[in-house]
Amino acid sequence: MRFLMMTKDGQSAGGPPDEKLMVEMGKFIDEMTRAGVLLATGGLNPAGTYIKSEGGKITVTDGPFTEAKEAVVGFALIEVRSKEEAIELSKRFWQIVGDGEGEIREVFGPGQ
Amino acid sequence: MHRTIDAIWRLESARIIAGLTRMMRDVGVAEELAQDALVAALEQWPQDGVPDNPGAWLMATAKHRAIDRIRREKRFEQKQQEIGRDLETRQDPTDAELEAALEEDLGDDLLRLMFISCHPVLSTEARVALTLRLLGGLTTDEIARAFLVPEATVAQRIVRAKRTLATKKVPFEVPPEAERAARLSSVLEVLYLVFNEGYSATAGDDWTRPALCQEALRLGRVLAELTPREPEVHGLVALMEIQASRLRARVGPSGEPIQLLDQDRARWDHLLIRRGFAALLRAEEVGGGIGPYMLQAAIAACHAQAPTAEDTDWARIATLYEALGTVTPSPVVELNRAVAVAMAYGPEQGLRIVDRLAGEPALKDYHLLPSVRGDLLARLGRSAEARAEFERAASLTRNDRERTLLLDRAAACDATVTTAG
Repeated sequence: MRFLMMTKDGQSAGGPPDEKLMVEMGKFIDEMTRAGVLLATGGLNPAGTYIKSEGGKITVTDGPFTEAKEAVVGFALIEVRSKEEAIELSKRFWQIVGDGEGEIREVFGPGQ
Repeated sequence: MHRTIDAIWRLESARIIAGLTRMMRDVGVAEELAQDALVAALEQWPQDGVPDNPGAWLMATAKHRAIDRIRREKRFEQKQQEIGRDLETRQDPTDAELEAALEEDLGDDLLRLMFISCHPVLSTEARVALTLRLLGGLTTDEIARAFLVPEATVAQRIVRAKRTLATKKVPFEVPPEAERAARLSSVLEVLYLVFNEGYSATAGDDWTRPALCQEALRLGRVLAELTPREPEVHGLVALMEIQASRLRARVGPSGEPIQLLDQDRARWDHLLIRRGFAALLRAEEVGGGIGPYMLQAAIAACHAQAPTAEDTDWARIATLYEALGTVTPSPVVELNRAVAVAMAYGPEQGLRIVDRLAGEPALKDYHLLPSVRGDLLARLGRSAEARAEFERAASLTRNDRERTLLLDRAAACDATVTTAG
């Protein structure tokens, strides 16, 4: 089963992540790679582009947006055996990161 | 709660068992101690909540039991000896020493656990069962379901395997240089066997099959991280990633098998294909000769690279099969080469190779030989001969859906004969 773990910007909006956190994150990513569960990971540029299609009309607006707290800033695509495993790995991630919020969603797609 | 504990167990058990095996020098004892820790978790966590670091909790609990056990055994030994004699020669290790021993290179322990689970002293079935049990954290019931054997059989295989390892005093080690290649190939063989059981199972329930593929792939990825300098490990990972990319495309809406060239390539998992290519590239970068898994991965990559079936570089595939036949000569490889040669240079050329395989004892009951021959004959317009081959192939296959497919092809030959006549 595949899950997309998403990190939202939360409180830390704008500030650059501190060095210690980056090191810890690096270790976590390394550990997930070594465990054979991490398929892909990355950070997202907060200055996204908003696209809306309505009644055949497509509107494109460049970010950043005021609702930055809701913006997804990072993701990890993992392959695990159960939802509980995904949650467990996510807990470990948040133990490293500290305060913040995120979302875990099962991915339906070519993998299954 | 049980599902959470189960998930944690699966994530942690291999490392715990590996660490304990180094301490106790016995996989059976190590697994028992790890199981004790799991039981303790099942008792305590529902009441006290899951600890912040559940992996460390399980490890610490198991470690304490291990230390208790060592002490108990020592006391027992001492009682057996005459009092006062030999007491000074063996000192009790302190907790700190034992813990230090346990912390030391956990990664290597995992590798040692893979090597010992796939030790040649064990039968192939035992290696597979032990690997899935100790490294995959699968229950005996899950292994039994995946391999369509009674649970008691799997349980017995595991018990016997552990006993064999103990009585033959198989060391818990990364094999010395001289044995390393052979021992590593045994590990790779087990992983690929598990993968193939999932990939090409002729029976079994649908749930377990992808699970086996995924488990083999996961263990392969773990192994690649542990042995980054081994080209064949990356080769096997590449092969499994690329083959797994087709899992969804190889079965039709009503469960019928769809052959590679007929698959909808948009349904291939391109993430896995990219990962496969990356692994193959790593294998090439490491250098040191091309082995059978790398060659098979390279062949799989040829298919993955072609935007449509017509774009397949058959000449390259034929060359790769020729190389594979040199490294691991086998009539099955030769049969595959015949298919590639036929695609690249025409059915006549392919048939020439196939006909040389006709007397091959290893292919006597292999349904793909008449199936391939039938296909080549059909393409040469020799419909009557083709039909006979398809019928023969249908009588040899054990897969119902494949039989239907082959009988359909035989019937299609009839139609050609009728229209031609």
